[in-house]
Amino acid sequence: MTLTKTLKGNTATIVGLIAVAVALSASYLWDDTQTTAVAARTVREAAPLILAGLCGLVGERSGIINIGIEGQMLLGAFCGFMAASYTTNALGSTVSLLAGVAGGVAVASAAGWFLAWTAIRLRMDQIIAGTVINIFAIGATSFFFVQGRTMPTVPNWPVPGLRDVPLLGRMLFDHGPLTYVAMLAAVLIHIALFHTRWGLRTRAVGEHPGAADTVGVNVFRLRYLNLAAAGALAGLAGFALLQSASAFNRGMSNGKGFIALAVMIFGRWRPMGVFGAALLFGFFNALQAQLQFKQALDVPPQFFGMIPFVLTIAVLALAGLSARPPAASGQPYDPD
Amino acid sequence: MAGDVLLEARGLTKRFPGVLANDSVDLLLHRGEILGLLGENGAGKSTLVKMLFGIHQPDEGDIYFKGQAVTNDGPGEAIARGMSMVHQHFQLVPPLTVAENIVLGNEPISRGFFNKRAAEKRVREISEQYGLTVEPTDVVGDLPVGIQQRVEILKALYRGAEMLILDEPTAVLTPQETDELLVILRQLAADGVGIIFITHKLREVLAVTDRVTVLRQGKGVGTAETANSTSASLAELMVGRSVVLRVEKDEAAPAEPVLIVNDLHVRDDRRQLVVEGATLQVRAGEILGVAGVEGNGQRELVEAITGIRPIDTGSAVVDGTPVGSKPRAVRELGVAYIPEDREKDGLVGGYSIADNLVLATYYEEPFASRGVRDFDAVAQQAEELVEQFDVRTPSINTPVQSLSGGNKQKVIVARELSKENRLVVASQPTRGVDVGSIEFIHNQLITARDAGAAVLLVSAELDEIFGLADRIAVIYEGRIVAELDPTTTTREEVGLFMAGGG
Repeated sequence: MTLTKTLKGNTATIVGLIAVAVALSASYLWDDTQTTAVAARTVREAAPLILAGLCGLVGERSGIINIGIEGQMLLGAFCGFMAASYTTNALGSTVSLLAGVAGGVAVASAAGWFLAWTAIRLRMDQIIAGTVINIFAIGATSFFFVQGRTMPTVPNWPVPGLRDVPLLGRMLFDHGPLTYVAMLAAVLIHIALFHTRWGLRTRAVGEHPGAADTVGVNVFRLRYLNLAAAGALAGLAGFALLQSASAFNRGMSNGKGFIALAVMIFGRWRPMGVFGAALLFGFFNALQAQLQFKQALDVPPQFFGMIPFVLTIAVLALAGLSARPPAASGQPYDPD
Repeated sequence: MAGDVLLEARGLTKRFPGVLANDSVDLLLHRGEILGLLGENGAGKSTLVKMLFGIHQPDEGDIYFKGQAVTNDGPGEAIARGMSMVHQHFQLVPPLTVAENIVLGNEPISRGFFNKRAAEKRVREISEQYGLTVEPTDVVGDLPVGIQQRVEILKALYRGAEMLILDEPTAVLTPQETDELLVILRQLAADGVGIIFITHKLREVLAVTDRVTVLRQGKGVGTAETANSTSASLAELMVGRSVVLRVEKDEAAPAEPVLIVNDLHVRDDRRQLVVEGATLQVRAGEILGVAGVEGNGQRELVEAITGIRPIDTGSAVVDGTPVGSKPRAVRELGVAYIPEDREKDGLVGGYSIADNLVLATYYEEPFASRGVRDFDAVAQQAEELVEQFDVRTPSINTPVQSLSGGNKQKVIVARELSKENRLVVASQPTRGVDVGSIEFIHNQLITARDAGAAVLLVSAELDEIFGLADRIAVIYEGRIVAELDPTTTTREEVGLFMAGGG
């Protein structure tokens, strides 16, 4: 029943995804290698957007707008990279990668806690607080970054058998671990949000914290916990960037944290909606990458690089007309 | 009738910075009893029940519930003890269903998941047990307020409430819904629930309570058996002096029509048509009272007439001039406007009383000449009006936001009714205002009428409509569905039209 609601609320995403699926199937008949590459890349590009979009979603569903996802991703990527990099010799590549994930998640989660603290204790404007995180992340990661460090490559985990299915195999079952985590996270958060006590309370706190408070739900505690958990998702999103890049670069989140907000809005604050919207954005990213790579058209690469952002603006302009965020999102809660 | 003592509060005192909100208040509630808690706005009723319910902690005093001293550290603990509260502003989450709202905080869980079916089943059981009909799967935001209130009461019953506090529960209800609520409360009391019923409406206190405790300026000034009380005796306790409950006015002498509204259509902020063909006339020297449940287009009707909101189709004409979409032009036709939301539409909170009094006329002589303000003239006017309209304030330079509700409203009334008017549009002019100020504001409206102005009074309070209006128009879903004569109609008849019947 909750899924039907998601389907109804996200017609634009669904129409878009069907169009993409049709286009991919048609182009597969025409050029299977390139099509498969675009399809696989769509999902790979979508992974950090799914995780980051879910971060935004959990925050807003609990009543706090998180504009600092970009910064959290960057911190997650940087700290993840440093942790993995410095522990490689001592721990070996697999464990050091786990240490990296843990480091990135911990720091991004702490940033989420910080955002909750400014919103709850200081009753600070949440947009400003998020911007603080972004600026801090850019400054700190650039300052402490050491050129020339390396980290172990994140392995690919192809699913035996399924991987060999034409088109879909490479698209869904031939990825690094964080891509699977992202897809799984969307499903799990959907279930948690609509079928558990935590979800009911989170939605209540994001829509009408007063109502939740008067029946004994601890609004502030839930917001702290959720923002920290959402930060962990942003940290994973940051590490997902490392999964494809294999090294940290300055400013490597490159606006993805903001695109994630567009993904969240386009997905109507529903986890499966975020999943679909991220795939759509991922597709355009993949398409622009492929077009640049093949130099199929005589157009400057910057033009293609611009497409995801133009799409973001278009999406927000169109979806924003009818999108309804959780009612208490961005409002400081005052128990009196 | 009443059983053993359920709740006793002794010497409850609460101080807020600069205010003694409750000063050693005592309260006693038995099982199966309905206790009225009566007092003016600011008398400390809300503070008192918030202490009982654990939202505030008393600075002094003790609370005994079922014979044991208790301190409720937050509403959660109060609920766990069997105390519940229905807040004046409903504490419901609009996008969630009835069942989800009711079980929130005490959700049925099976195997780690929220068991929605069990929740719906349980809600259906309680709703049948107490005769409070609701559909558990309905989305709360789509329900009328009367039903939403039932959901609130069911929330309390679901938690096994033995004591129920209702904070101004009838403020948003039609007379019929109010009657239904009173019946429900009687049933609950018969089942042994102790009920504290907060209100400032004497009629309801007399209709449903067993005893009544009156608060004035934070102090308990007395508890009376309802059977031995009258409106006059309670009002006197509440205000501290005898009050004239009926408005004294002479027969109206209506002359030519001043405001003619014809087939008016207006859209709300979400661009939905909410005034759909309203037609009415107000003549010079009469008060037309527009009765209706809130949200039936009153706000938009009034805003269209005063030029604040664009008219979709149809017309509103003042003295032969159609009102456009320039509020200043409308005002210059001799229209005064007392808005429904005084904080938002009537005053600039951070401005002084003096500046608020010239909000509409600051550019005119004598308050300005050649574009330069004359502060002496502004101050002089302010001194006069504060005196004349009995605004209680330390000075004319005090920011309006620090005044009480009644005094804020008097500033607006002073600004609007001190000039010569052809038409006075007053929307909920006494909402949240103390009894003394209500009396004053009502008299000012009568004075304006007797000076020959046409008065359009929009109010959700039937007492106010019956007390002031020379004719009553009932608005329902954006249309005037009835015009009635207050001397021949009844509250029940008006209520029926307000609910869309009749």
